[in-house]
This record gives sequence, C-alpha cells and structure tokens, in this order.
Amino acid sequence: MNNNPIYINGIGNVSPQKMVMNGNLSGFLAEPDVYDNNQLRCIDPGYRDFIPAELIRRMGRIIKMGVAASKLCLRDAATGLDSTTEIIPEAIITGTGLGCMEDTEKFLASMINNKEEFLTPTSFIQSTHNTVAGQIALLLKCHGYNFTFVHRGVSFESALLDAMTQMQLEEFSNVLVGGTDELTTNYFAITSRLGYWKRKPIRSLDLLQDNQRGTVAGEGAAFLFLENKKNAHTYASLSAVTTFLKPSSGDEIKQRLTDFLSDNGLTLQDIDLALLGLNGDPRGDRVYHEMAGTALQETPLAYFKHLCGEYHTASAFACAVGAMSIKTQSVPDVIRLSGNPARLNKVLIYNHFRENNHSFILLSRP
Amino acid sequence: MSKKVFITGIGIICAIGNNVEETLKSLLAGKSGIGEITRFNTVHKGIIPMAEVKLSTPELLTELGHADSDSFTRTALLGMKAAKEALKMAGIQNTKEYKTGLISATTVGGMDRSEGFYASYLADPGSGRLRDVINHDCGDSTERIAHELDISDFVTTISTACSSSVNAMMFGSNLIKTGQLDRVVVGGTDSTTRFTLNGFNTLMILDKTGCHPFDDNRAGLTLGEGAAYLVLESEDVVRKEQKKVLAEVSGYGNANDAYHQTASSPEGTGAFLAMSKAIAMSGLLPADIDYINVHGTGTQNNDLSEGIAVERLFGEHVPPFSSTKGFTGHTLGAAGAVEAVISILSLQNQVIFPNLGFTTPMKELRITPVTVSSQRGVETHCDVETHCNASLLRHVLSNSFGFGGNNSSVVISMNNDQ
Repeated sequence: MNNNPIYINGIGNVSPQKMVMNGNLSGFLAEPDVYDNNQLRCIDPGYRDFIPAELIRRMGRIIKMGVAASKLCLRDAATGLDSTTEIIPEAIITGTGLGCMEDTEKFLASMINNKEEFLTPTSFIQSTHNTVAGQIALLLKCHGYNFTFVHRGVSFESALLDAMTQMQLEEFSNVLVGGTDELTTNYFAITSRLGYWKRKPIRSLDLLQDNQRGTVAGEGAAFLFLENKKNAHTYASLSAVTTFLKPSSGDEIKQRLTDFLSDNGLTLQDIDLALLGLNGDPRGDRVYHEMAGTALQETPLAYFKHLCGEYHTASAFACAVGAMSIKTQSVPDVIRLSGNPARLNKVLIYNHFRENNHSFILLSRP
Repeated sequence: MSKKVFITGIGIICAIGNNVEETLKSLLAGKSGIGEITRFNTVHKGIIPMAEVKLSTPELLTELGHADSDSFTRTALLGMKAAKEALKMAGIQNTKEYKTGLISATTVGGMDRSEGFYASYLADPGSGRLRDVINHDCGDSTERIAHELDISDFVTTISTACSSSVNAMMFGSNLIKTGQLDRVVVGGTDSTTRFTLNGFNTLMILDKTGCHPFDDNRAGLTLGEGAAYLVLESEDVVRKEQKKVLAEVSGYGNANDAYHQTASSPEGTGAFLAMSKAIAMSGLLPADIDYINVHGTGTQNNDLSEGIAVERLFGEHVPPFSSTKGFTGHTLGAAGAVEAVISILSLQNQVIFPNLGFTTPMKELRITPVTVSSQRGVETHCDVETHCNASLLRHVLSNSFGFGGNNSSVVISMNNDQ
C-alpha cells in the first residue's frame, strides 16, 4: 500500500458546454453556452470522430456520450505521453445515477404497448447500467477491471474512491474513471411532477438569481485519466474524496469537512477555492450558504451547475472544471462567485444531491 | 491496513429459503425453488418458469415490522431481510462502534414498482402514482437497507449486471484492506420483474423446462429473485472482539471479456482472467481449489465459454464443480452473494451441493458437474474451529459473469488461524 500522489493526466468532458479539444485551455469557458428551457443537454461532440459509423445508429445517447468522452480523455492523456497509439487503461470505472434511461424507457414502452409480445432485445441489452463501461472496454479491447457504481449523487465519487483505493493497493498504475447521466424527455416530465425543476423557464446563467423552488436539469459524460506518474500535460492531482449520507445538521457537515481536511494534513486556510454545487433551489442551497457564511467564510467561492445543470454525476463535470482551473492557475469568470484566489494549490469541490448524498473532493496543484 | 478480510456473518433469502437455515435444508435435500410465476401478471405465466421467493411483499413488510408499504420496493425488502440476518449472525448490535459501510448490488432497483407506474404514465403523462416511481433508482434499495441497519459512514451501490454482488464483495474487501472501513456489509438484491423477464425472453435464453446447467440439451436460464449479504471485518476487529470467523475472502478478480455486449467469448477470455486473478491473489495454485461454484446459467453460450475457461485454467485437474442455479434460479445482481453464501455453507458443512437439472454431458467438454450431494469428512455440521485443517474442502472458487463482458471470481477459504 502507498500514499503516492494520483495525477489527472487526461480529461474528456462531453457536456452542455463546448468541448475543450486537444488540451487547449485558452478559451476554456470564455464564451459559455446558455440555455433557456431549464434543460441543459450535451452538445453533440461529433460522434463520428469517436465511434465506428456502423455502431452509432443503434447506440443509446448516453452510450455515445460516454464513449466519446472516454475516447477524448484517452486521446488527451496520450498527448502527455507524446504517444500516437491509443492508451489502453488498466481499469475502467464509471458512475451513473440512473444508467441508460432512454433505453430503459424504450424497452418499458414497447413491453407495455405490445403487451409483452414481439419485442426486440436491443434496448433491453443497452438498458443495463454498466453498458457504457462495457462498451468502452469492448471498443478498446480492454480486458482490465471494469466497474460501474450506481449510487445516486455519489456514483462518480464511489468510482473515484475505488480507483484511488486500488492505486494505493498498487493494483493499477492508471485508471480511466468517469461519470455519465442522460436527461430524457420522460425523466424530465416525471421529475417535473415531483417538483425537481423550476416551473418558469429561466436563463441558465441566471440560475442563482432566481428564487423559484427547484433547479434546472442537466446531463453529461466526463472522464478523467488517473495515473501514478506526473508529466508535462498533468492537470492536477486527485488528493482525496469522501462521501456521506443525510447529515443531521450544518455542524455535522462542518465537522466532516474539518476531519476530511485534517486527514489530508490540511486546514480550511489551505483551500484556495471552493467549487460549490449551488443549483438555485433555495432549499438545497441553504447548506452551501451556511458553509459559505461559516467554515468557508474566508475562502474564494465558485459554482458550476449553471453550466451543466443538475444531475447525479454533476461532480464529474466539476472535477474537470476544477482540474482545468488548477492547470491554468485561473478561475474562469463565469464560475466565480466571490473572492479572488492568489494561487490555486488546493481546490475543494463540495456537492450534494437533493440534500441526501454529500461529497468532498480535493484537487491539488501537481 | 488489514491483510486479511474475514466473513463473520451471512444472510440470505431466495427461492429455496427465507434464511440461511432454510436454504441449507433445501440444498441438502436437493429441493429446487423453481416453479410457476405467481408474483405478477404476465403473458408468460405458466409457460416460462421462475424461482420466486416464497414470501409475498406484504409478508415481507410484516416480517420486517414496516407498516408503510408505499416506501419500499420488493428489491429493498428482500435486501433488508437478508442484510439483517447477516448482521445478527455476526453478533453486531451497534453499527456505530466501528467505521462501518454498506455496499449493495442490484440490477433492477425499484423496477418492480416503476413498471406499473410507467404503464399509467404512458397512457396519460399526468397519471401514475408518483410514490411508485420515486424508488426507481438502484441507490434507493441500498439506502433503505442502510437505514434499517443504521449504517451511514459509507454507503454505495454497484451494478455490473450478473456479476454485481461479487464486485460488491471485492470493493468492500479493498476498503477493509486499506483501513478505510473496519466492517462492511456486502451483497446484493434483486426482485423478479416483468422488465427482466421480457428482456431475457427477447434474447431467447429462458428455458421453458427449467434450468439445466452444463447439460448438452440446456436451452437457457431460469430467472430467480433473492438477496444475500455477508459481513466482512478486518483482522483488528476480529481480534479485538474475539469474533467467530465463518470464512475468509482470500482472493478476487474482475476482468472484461471485451468480446460482445451480451455474449461470452468462445475462449472464455474474461472468465479465465477473472479466475486466474482471484486464485493468484489468494496465494494459491489452481490445484488448491477444492470446489468451483460455477456461474453455470444454463445458456448455451455461458456454459460452453465458462467450461472452456475452466478446462484451460485447471488442465487435467479440474476440481469438482456445480452450478446451484437449479436451486435458486439466476438471481442476477444478487447471484454472486447468493452463491458466496452457498459456498460458505459448502465449507461449513463440507458438502458439495449438486448441479440440479444435469443429465447429458456437453459434447464440447470433457468435464461434468457434481450431480449428487457429495459429503466430505464425517460430520454433517463440521465445526469450523476444530475441523478445518482436517477437512477436504478448504478453498472454494465462485464465479459470476454478466452483460458488458463483466467477469468476476472470488476465492472463499476456511480460516486456518482460528
């Protein structure tokens, strides 16, 4: 077992924002994409560049998003190795809150409409939660470890924890880890009835200025290539991750944060930027405001869900943004909330999903 | 840092028993749990058999002492029942004395209720009871179980199709080894649903005559339902609490077949790699494996691919093996944990449970499964503490393979230290 640093050496981020291609961070979030219907969907990355044409037609959208993001990530990582051959990771670990919703809905609908007869298997096969991780392995011919976590708002964090644990146990020297979730029309309609989303459409960039209940819906596929070696292309190091369920109070969260930092030899003063999961829902945002007013009072703050919307693995998007900020040593204007960090040595991501699943992720300057 | 991972409690509910004792009794009696579909209405009723848990959902609610039927899916209830039994067997009353986690696996999650919701919703987007769909996601059953057991330090869910709960055992073991947890409840739960029944039916891999693993005339699997959990504890906790150890998780491996989304490769690449990794981690040689609880679903493809991988890995010395899916059906996300529990019962009782449904050897293989209950040693209920060294069953390999090329194997061993 070791406690050597784990580096983020590649990023692939398919999201409602324009992709960063070839590790070129110069225009990173400089001209943010804006949405006005409370549904933030991924920009089509040009799937033909990532997936064999004959497969694209049958693949569910989340699978395409996931495969494209993973390929983008591995290509990005390859630039750091000056390698032209595709990297085959030792392990592929993904997180998804809801898995392949579109195919699940498709199979359910055909089962119901056709009264259980004359059904075809494609959507059933693709509805399996580990389809994205399986397809990535299949296309890469990667026989390594392949896991999928499906635990609500900490699905991606669980994947990170698994990757870090096994790198510490020296099982792997590199891991491709990612978070994927898709926003379907039916999911949006059903969760609208549950009151998840703001009733009146808002401009996505005005997310925190709107005081209606609920938030805006999003989706995304973000992958990180983790490695035990640093190179010139390294973005950041992934220092620590922790998750917890239903904290009883703001004090418990503060205590958990202090413990989390001290386990990593840090105090609150060491945090240069806190990237918060604020989503504009007055109820859910209370805990962030409480933290901002107490434990994080001195810490420069940023937010990200006006760029990607709310979904179970939004923290994967946050990790990509956090790691890119560390690499450029600058906070994009569009995510800035308060304060102006002099340097970005330590970035804390604090996110919760519907006040139920909470997580801290710590990124460091490599 | 804990070098070893000990199993101190097990719990199960499946088609052949509502708990460990009943399950063992059925296994010893050679009694299958496969029968006609009764839990839901389907056009396949009376045509395709299933292995259902004998307790209805209201009976499960009553047994668990929950009046509020709206809050629980059948998947959650099955999981709660088995996980509670495991914790009780481990003698754990307070889950807060040590850093304790729950890692649960499921493939259907709350589909048993959301498929009903979806029918109403399709007819009219404004209709359908929302309380039937809020428990849809896989994390729901896990959090219900966590709440029932009062576990909050670390809670997560794994879904890698039919290998899911072996993977929960692997991840839990790694968290114990690195000292991130002292104790962890690992396993899986899945209820039968119309969704899975029709899904597997479209693949034409449901045998109308029941489950016949490794038989030349096999025509598919039989879906089952159930849940099983194991309590894993670190060396330190076992020593401090002077715990009785049931067995040890001595090795595990996961590999991807990377051949096809649902079919296994003809050479059984993923299966071979997973078994090899598991045996290597346990520090054993293939010749040390005394019994394999094979995945053995009864599909043409799985049994051939798995059989070839077993022959490749073990060469001339293939240990006795059997698939216990003829008893329990294929419990999908729960299967790995169900079969881990059965493997532990094999070790404890020094019995290899028979591969029900087998009559004709497969043409392509030279190996055949154990078909009659094979008892090792002399005593029916071998005392782990005194007889383990003398026993013939010391190391069991259990396989679970799933869609997405996901292959997992675990080695469960008698604990020699006690």
